[in-house]
Amino acid sequence: MEFQSCVKIINEWDIVAARQLGRNVAKELGFGTVDQARITTAISELARNIYLYAGRGSVCIEKEYVNGKSGMKIIASDEGPGIQDIRKVMEDGYTTSGGLGAGLPGVRRLMDEFDIDSFPSKGTKVTAIKWIR
Amino acid sequence: MNQIVFTFITHSRDYMLEEWMNLMKENADERLINVVSNEMFVQTSAEFIDMIISNTRRNNEEFASKLSDFAEKVVRLGWPLSFIIEGLHKFTLVVINGMVMKEQVTKDNQMEIIYDLDKWTSPMKQEIISIYTQTWERTVSLQKMALQELSAPLIPVIEGITIMPLIGTIDTERAKQIMENLLTGVVKQRSEVVLIDITGVPVVDTMVAHHIIQAAEAVRLVGAKCMICGIRPEIAQTIVSLGINLNEIVTKNSLKKGIDAALDWTNRKITKVEE
Ligand SMILES: Nc1ncnc2c1ncn2[C@@H]1O[C@H](COP(=O)(O)OP(=O)(O)OP(=O)(O)O)[C@@H](O)[C@H]1O
Ligand SMILES: [Mg+2]
Repeated sequence: MEFQSCVKIINEWDIVAARQLGRNVAKELGFGTVDQARITTAISELARNIYLYAGRGSVCIEKEYVNGKSGMKIIASDEGPGIQDIRKVMEDGYTTSGGLGAGLPGVRRLMDEFDIDSFPSKGTKVTAIKWIR
Repeated sequence: MNQIVFTFITHSRDYMLEEWMNLMKENADERLINVVSNEMFVQTSAEFIDMIISNTRRNNEEFASKLSDFAEKVVRLGWPLSFIIEGLHKFTLVVINGMVMKEQVTKDNQMEIIYDLDKWTSPMKQEIISIYTQTWERTVSLQKMALQELSAPLIPVIEGITIMPLIGTIDTERAKQIMENLLTGVVKQRSEVVLIDITGVPVVDTMVAHHIIQAAEAVRLVGAKCMICGIRPEIAQTIVSLGINLNEIVTKNSLKKGIDAALDWTNRKITKVEE
């Protein structure tokens, strides 16, 4: 693994720390301002979901180099309650907390690749990649 | 306190100071020493040693007040707590070494002297940690207060038009305060139009968007109009990707356009006065 950097999410301000880390790496990799905003927003969503629903977890950032493409990978994982019905949480507007229910479907649209893995009572892992154009 | 130890400590100030500074410089992280000038380091070190010595006089009040002054000072200098605790430890070493050199330590009294020094420095260590933490806690809470004061000002511009400029990250606590200030302010200032300017908000995620939508709705309920200004192009794009619907809210990309619209809404305009 070339590069990995993680932020533990325990309190609300850790969300800001995770965002900051993401923004710095995105800048370093040469993402433009719009993509930087997309990446930081995606991290914000995933980190806040950890904080709200799992209580604690981590957000890790990796640099990706595949077939001459380079990009950035976000891995948000927790050992929280997990998600029963993944199809449902990926629908726009579905929320159990009175939010907008736009976080997870939003992250999928903000990023180029998106993958969610969750087992009830075991935890959740969301992986998302953005490629440099 | 043991008489020999007491006599040594109260009579060897300069020697102890010199030795202590050498020891600390040898071991300390260079960045730490370099942040303060040498003069400052010598001066602060002298204060530290004098403070420790003053503690032999059993004048607790004087010691406590010196200690809290000192703690505040080193916090300001950026000396970490570990450095100070290390300093206290090194001080004990300096005393023992000095007494050994003067042949005041013998086989018979060495344990007694060590115990005695330990008994003397332990409460000091506790005190330093406690005051240090208090000083930090106070600094943090003062900064928190300062942040809170900055967090959501409501500024009247012209009669009926009010602006709330938001700068920095919006967390749950701040979001609550924004709502509170908005509602009380709008009523108090009799605003007809409120402009919320988010030029300075670095990330607009679903939580921030949700709070903004709720704030706009609440302003509408107290009888005023609300406008969101300063939506930067990249923020506009992420809001769209998130699928957030801001159609119900009037948005402008700059505060200037917002003010123009607010004037328009209140049937006014700015004109140049003819000479
Ligand atoms: N890490 C997680 N662990 C457990 N449940 C989760 C996790 N992340 C999301 N969920 C569930 O998925 C639902 C949808 O999440 P999503 O982020 O899309 O919307 P939301 O958090 O409810 O609202 P918002 O629009 O503010 O993000 C949540 O309400 C929650 O029930
Ligand atoms: Mg969410």
